[in-house]
Order: sequence, then structure tokens, then C-alpha cells
Amino acid sequence: MRTFKTGLLATAAAVVLGAGVAQAEIIIATVGPMTGQYASFGEQMAKGAQMAVKDLNAKGGVLGQMLELKVGDDACDPKQAVAVANQMANDGVVFVAGHFCSGSSIPASAVYQEEGILQISPASTNPKLTEEGKSLVFRTCGRDDQQGVIAGDFLKDKFGDKKVAILHDKSAYGKGLADETKAALNAAGVQEAMFEAITAGEKDYSALVTKMKNEGIQIVYLGGYYTEAGLIVRQAKDQGLDITLMSGDALVATEFASIAGPASDGTLFTFSPDPRKNPDASQVVKAFQADGYNAEGYTLYTYGAIQAWAQAAEKAGSPDAAKVATALHADQFDTVLGKIGFDAKGDVSAPGYVVYKWKGGNYDYYAD
Amino acid sequence: MAYFLQQLINGLTLGAIYGLIAIGYTMVYGIIGMINFAHGEIYMIGAFLAITTYLVLGGAEMASVPLGLMAMLVVSMVFTAAYGWTVERLAYRPLRGSFRLAPLISAIGMSIALQNYVQITQGARVKSIQPIIQGGFEIYSQDGFGVQLSYLQIIIWLLTVGLMIAFTYLITSTSLGRQQRACEQDRKMAALVGVNVDRTISLTFVLGATLAAVAGLITTLYYGVIDFYVGFLAGMKAFTAAVLGGIGSLPGAMLGGLMIGLIEAFWSAYFTIEYKDVATFGILVLVLIFKPTGFLGKPEVEKV
Repeated sequence: MRTFKTGLLATAAAVVLGAGVAQAEIIIATVGPMTGQYASFGEQMAKGAQMAVKDLNAKGGVLGQMLELKVGDDACDPKQAVAVANQMANDGVVFVAGHFCSGSSIPASAVYQEEGILQISPASTNPKLTEEGKSLVFRTCGRDDQQGVIAGDFLKDKFGDKKVAILHDKSAYGKGLADETKAALNAAGVQEAMFEAITAGEKDYSALVTKMKNEGIQIVYLGGYYTEAGLIVRQAKDQGLDITLMSGDALVATEFASIAGPASDGTLFTFSPDPRKNPDASQVVKAFQADGYNAEGYTLYTYGAIQAWAQAAEKAGSPDAAKVATALHADQFDTVLGKIGFDAKGDVSAPGYVVYKWKGGNYDYYAD
Repeated sequence: MAYFLQQLINGLTLGAIYGLIAIGYTMVYGIIGMINFAHGEIYMIGAFLAITTYLVLGGAEMASVPLGLMAMLVVSMVFTAAYGWTVERLAYRPLRGSFRLAPLISAIGMSIALQNYVQITQGARVKSIQPIIQGGFEIYSQDGFGVQLSYLQIIIWLLTVGLMIAFTYLITSTSLGRQQRACEQDRKMAALVGVNVDRTISLTFVLGATLAAVAGLITTLYYGVIDFYVGFLAGMKAFTAAVLGGIGSLPGAMLGGLMIGLIEAFWSAYFTIEYKDVATFGILVLVLIFKPTGFLGKPEVEKV
């Protein structure tokens, strides 16, 4: 016990001493679920942000000043997200590339707006984020009303004659996405056979699987994250239920395959076209590979968000959030995501969604 | 009928896990009249130890599956028991004889400390393993709906029943059981007639932790996915199970666990899953209104 305590003290001391070293003049941040069950996404954001700041500083920083990056942890919890947002305001952060979960981004955006901090979320897809008319809110990812339409049309085209169940995890992201998909599917003339809510964080979905088996469900659309998706397909396989699960962009993490195991084969999800395949991104992707990291999922969306901010700040001639926001609206920016611009609401002009398929522990574009 | 049967199997398996955890709550309450809020975390640690042993043994390439499972069970039980003992020694014994709420708050603190400890040392990511025991058979089929019973579910039931028999014997017919019951009735008097109260209480924590370790192992095998937060939700449900069955009563805890498992499964089966937890806790409220001591609880309790 004594050695443990000493070790703890030593660690604490090291952390405190380490903090004073950087001499940055512009402080930016990325905030996401660095801990908790969605920590894989937090890691993607942190890696993307660290690389972006490193690359920008190597070229002399922004507006002639070096950047310092802070990494905040909201654990995907709306209450903690607000606390972290306030912390960022106290620390003098001018720009936040975050958060990840829509349920966190939306309440945090109120704080950023009030404190004059620019926010570009690389991952929060709930339409509400940019619909509330906040002038300092942007995103580099798509919206669930686009994503849901793609998913709904896809389900109708491929599985229109099958029995479809729509599930969601009651979160802002999951419920929003499930509702959009349901609306698109119903508008296309297909009625779902089941609409249910699950509780995220639980491990037992056997009762749900049995229920779907009893109803003869063949296709499941889930508005939710990869842990629950993995558990559901795994338990469906255990019970001998042959279903195809489709979900949204929260399945774009290889952790899904390690949870679901062989049952992950055939699972579908929607996500923006893979930026790793973008020629503009090839150098950055190689740099990540050299670090032993695969720039999957939202890594490059975070990198691109910081690039867009940096270029807008240069154009605005100031890191002031309102001026950078005006520049972001006015112009196009060369990023790893390609040439992107932002509309009046702050949504990215970029490419929308495509369908991916899991196979053998990896995902790629869906092909018939 | 087939559908009902399958949901019964689902509910009983889930209930067995809740029941095993609930026994830890109920035993500690019975003997020192305190809710050990860190018990859910003890269960989580049991699950982590099982997965760690599995990986140390070589993961999917382990030489012999039955031996590997025995090793997982033993290692997980022994080390989790050590955690249970340590928690009691560090957080509760120094506060014994202090005012009533002190150990309760200390328990909540311990729960948070253990959760963060595992989060920091093991990382926040979900840990998963691939199924070790696969397969099962179809016991009944009706209109194309086959009722699946997996080997693992049978193992879980046998393990639970076996442990219940062993524990009932331990409490009713051994010297340790007599000492425990003596402490439960009157700690001061038990001490006067020569029962080592501190040791008995320590052993109670060890026993509860052992059962939680088994539940943790089962979770690891059955669901294959755990994280540092898994103890919170399961602990809540198990605590509810202990209250429902009558806190302080060993068979009550098992009964409560099974009931909660069954309520969850059948509510999900015939009503909307969204209100599953509302239903579970609603029933708890109803039971407590009409039978405040739970199903098998004794009515005398004066402690918190």
C-alpha cells in the first residue's frame, strides 16, 4: 500500500511538473469521450488533433503563434460536457474541435457560444446542433437527417420485402438517427415491424433477440453505438437468429468487430466517404501509419476541423471566434477531407453518406 | 409456448447472475446491518480477473478449455475474495461503532475508488473475448420457432444451484455458519460467548466476494464483453433483488435475483422494452408497500 501511495504521489508530481513546459500562445482543444465505453472515438479525436497541431506548428503555427492543444474528457456525459466546456473557457481556449456525442455537443455549444469560443464538431450528427442558430457552431461531419435518408432508402431498395426492426438507445444521437431512418423508410412506403428502445450499458439483450426471433425480424436498424450493436449481433448468433444489422456512423471503429467477433460479418453502416481514400489525405495517413496508428473513423474529421479553423483564422487575421466564424462561412478550405466549405447554419458542404459493410474484422464500401 | 419457454430461459440465466451478486449484499446486511455499495465493483473486479486469467493462459489458444475455465474460476475467486477482505478491513472495520451512516458513505467512496482504479489501470475501453464454450441444442420447436438452450446456460444454472446448496449447508450446518448467525442476532453477546466477531465479519465479506467473482466469470463467459462500469448497473439490480427477496435472507436474495431476471425478460417479451426498468422498480415499490420486509425477510430489523 505504501509503495502504491508513493507511486501515486510521484505520478501526480510528474503531471504537475510536466504541465508548465509548453509556451504556446493560442490554445485550442479537442473534447470527446477519452474515458467511458466510447473511448475508442475519443482516441480517434485526440490522435487526429495531436497530429494536426504538430503539423501546423511544424509550419510555424497559426498567425505566427504556436498552438497548444488541450484534450478534454466528457465521457459522453452531457453534464460532464458542460463542466469541461466551462473549464475550457477558464483555460482561455479559443477553439474546440469537439465534442463527439451529440448529447454532449449540444449542451456544450451553449457554453461555447456564450463564452465566445468557436466549436467545430467532427462527429456530432444530430441535426439540432446546428439548427439552434448559434453563430459559432460548425461541424465537419454530416447530419442524421442525411444519414437517415440514405439508410432508409438503402433498406427499402435492398430489403424492402423483409421484416425490419428499428431500435435505438434513447440517446440524442441514437434516437435522432432511428427517428430519421424510420421517417425515410415510412415515406418510401415500408412499415417497420418493430420499434423498440434499449438501454445502453446493459449486457443482456437476449430477451430482445428472442422477441425479434418470434416476430420473424430479418433486418435490424439500430440507432446506437458499437458496444450495443456488437452485443446484439453476438447474442442473435448465439440464439440462431439470422439477422443483418444496419447502423450509423458510430460503428466506424474496429472495436465493433472485436466485440461481435465472427458475427460482425455482413453488418452494414452509413458513414461519409472514407477520407483515408482521399488523395489530399494520403500524406497525413502515411504519417499516422508511421506512428503505428490507423487513421480510421473520426481521426481525419478532427484533423480536418483543425485545418479549416487554422486557415480561417489566418484569413480573419485573428483567433477571435466571431471573426473566424465569418471567415469559415465565407470561404472554402483545403483539408484532408478535400475542399470543404460551410453553409449558413455551419453544416459542412461535404459529401454526404455511403453504405459500408463489415467483413472479416474490417469494413469497406458496400458492394452487391 | 416456445416463445414463453425461450424467454424463461433468458430470464433464469440473467436472474442467476443477479442472484449470485445479491447474496453478497444480503449476507453483509444480515451481519452488520449495512449496505455494501462497493459490492457491484467487487463483481466487476471478478470479471476483470477472469478475463485477465484467460489472456494470461493464452486466450483462445489455451491448451485445455476445461482446465482453463477451472483456473479462471479459482484465480478470480481467490483474488476477488482478497479484494472483498481488503475493502472490509480498510473501509468498514475502522468505522465500526461509529455513527450509522459513516460506513455507508465509506462504502460509496470505496465503490468510486475501485471503479476509477480499474479504469486507470485497465483502461476505459470495453474488453471483449470470443466465446469459449459454444453450442447448445434445440429443446423444443413450435411453428418454426426453435427454443435454444446453450451448454453455457446449463453450466450457469448448475453452478448457481451447486453454490446455493453449498452456501445453505455452510450457513445452517457449519461452525462458521453458526458464528455468522450468532453475530447477526447479537454481536455483543456473540463476542461474550467467545465468537471472534471481526473474523466472522471478514469471512462474510470474503464469501460474498467469492460469489460475486463467480458472477463476474459467468458474465465474462456468457456475454464476452465487460468494462469498468459493468458493476454499477448490475450492482443496482442485484441490490434491488436483495431487497425484493427480503434483505438479510440468503434464499431471498436468490429468489429476488431470479424474479428480477424473469420480470425483465417477460416485460421485454410482452410489452415495450423501453419501460423494462420502470416495470422492475415499479414492482419493487409495490412489494415494499404490501410486504415491507420483502418476500422472505424477517420483520424485526432495527438497523439501517
